Amino acid sequence: MHELIIIGAGPAGMTAAVYAARKKLDTLLLSKDLGGQPNQTTGIENYMGYQFIEGPELMQKFEEQVKQFPIEVKIGDGAVSISRLDGGFEVRTEKGETYQGRAAIIATGKRPRPLNVPGEEHLRGRGVTYCAICDGPLFAGMKVAVIGGGNSALESADDMLKIGEHVYLVSLTPLTGDQVLIDKVKGAANLTIFIEHETSEILGDNFVSGIKIRDLKSGEEQSLDVGGVFVEIGLIPNSELAKGLIHLNRLGEIEVNCACETGIPGLYAAGDVTNVPEKQIVVAAGEGAKAALQAHRYLQRLS
Amino acid sequence: MSTREVNVYSTPYCPWCKKTKKLLEDNGITYQDFDVAADRTAREEMIRKTGQMAVPVIEIDGDFVVGYDEGWLKQKLGL
Repeated sequence: MHELIIIGAGPAGMTAAVYAARKKLDTLLLSKDLGGQPNQTTGIENYMGYQFIEGPELMQKFEEQVKQFPIEVKIGDGAVSISRLDGGFEVRTEKGETYQGRAAIIATGKRPRPLNVPGEEHLRGRGVTYCAICDGPLFAGMKVAVIGGGNSALESADDMLKIGEHVYLVSLTPLTGDQVLIDKVKGAANLTIFIEHETSEILGDNFVSGIKIRDLKSGEEQSLDVGGVFVEIGLIPNSELAKGLIHLNRLGEIEVNCACETGIPGLYAAGDVTNVPEKQIVVAAGEGAKAALQAHRYLQRLS
Repeated sequence: MSTREVNVYSTPYCPWCKKTKKLLEDNGITYQDFDVAADRTAREEMIRKTGQMAVPVIEIDGDFVVGYDEGWLKQKLGL
């Protein structure tokens, strides 16, 4: 049994790993991937120490710092459940492996929120994308729909206006993104904005051929011919593994106190998967540090 | 092994594409990179071969994977 298992290797998990290693805890860092959400972020200008750095590059530096220490790192197999065990916790993975730790930190972050409409799952990767920065250029010259009204949606729309034939921006609410971004796209000749419209279906056989949208006020439905759908409607926490074990708030986030405690002795949570306000790299890293130091204190009390 | 053919279909700003290429480079694997944002023919070929519109696509001796899959890459390349 390890002393500590850290689940998730984004900013929170990797920072926790460094703090745990410096306390010489026998630590396992277990994660589906290395780097987490910043891997899909281009420019970061608010992580102190760097005036500008790209997300993947910053995470590369985190990884190098983690790997300076002799801790066990297992990447490529995500945790699906965590349960209590005599004297600690057991983590079960997608591949059916189990790992035990006397203490654990959940730092599994968030993932893009799906629309949950017919056609979406079937057409994922076939015109439906959640990574505009990756897949956007594949839709050059095509008509596309961007779903959402926040900053990510506006940024995707702005990118696609430059290379796409036409962009439909479909938002359930009035646009909620920063005014500077709204102003940037608003006047574009190849943009049509539908606010207070719900996306009810994604159409297509082998590839996306269109979407169905519905006006929330009039109830009127219409179809738009598009070859790509960019889903930018926010994030959901990767907290399923802890369901039933600890309290999740109405957003599905793990509720923690200011010491990253979940209410179960020895089990901590840190970063975007928690109810801590402000989802920022610097905040997540700080929370990861706190969780590891708290876990160290807990293990000291036990011994 | 020396005849192994590795192709990467990628876009310029895609973080997972960069990660894929770095893994190959770190292990001394030579590959051909197709920028599917600029190269329309390569883009169409990638979509035709995989039936998908997502990057990165990695082709090793005729087998494909869509997305950064470290386990698959390492297994295929014998790393």
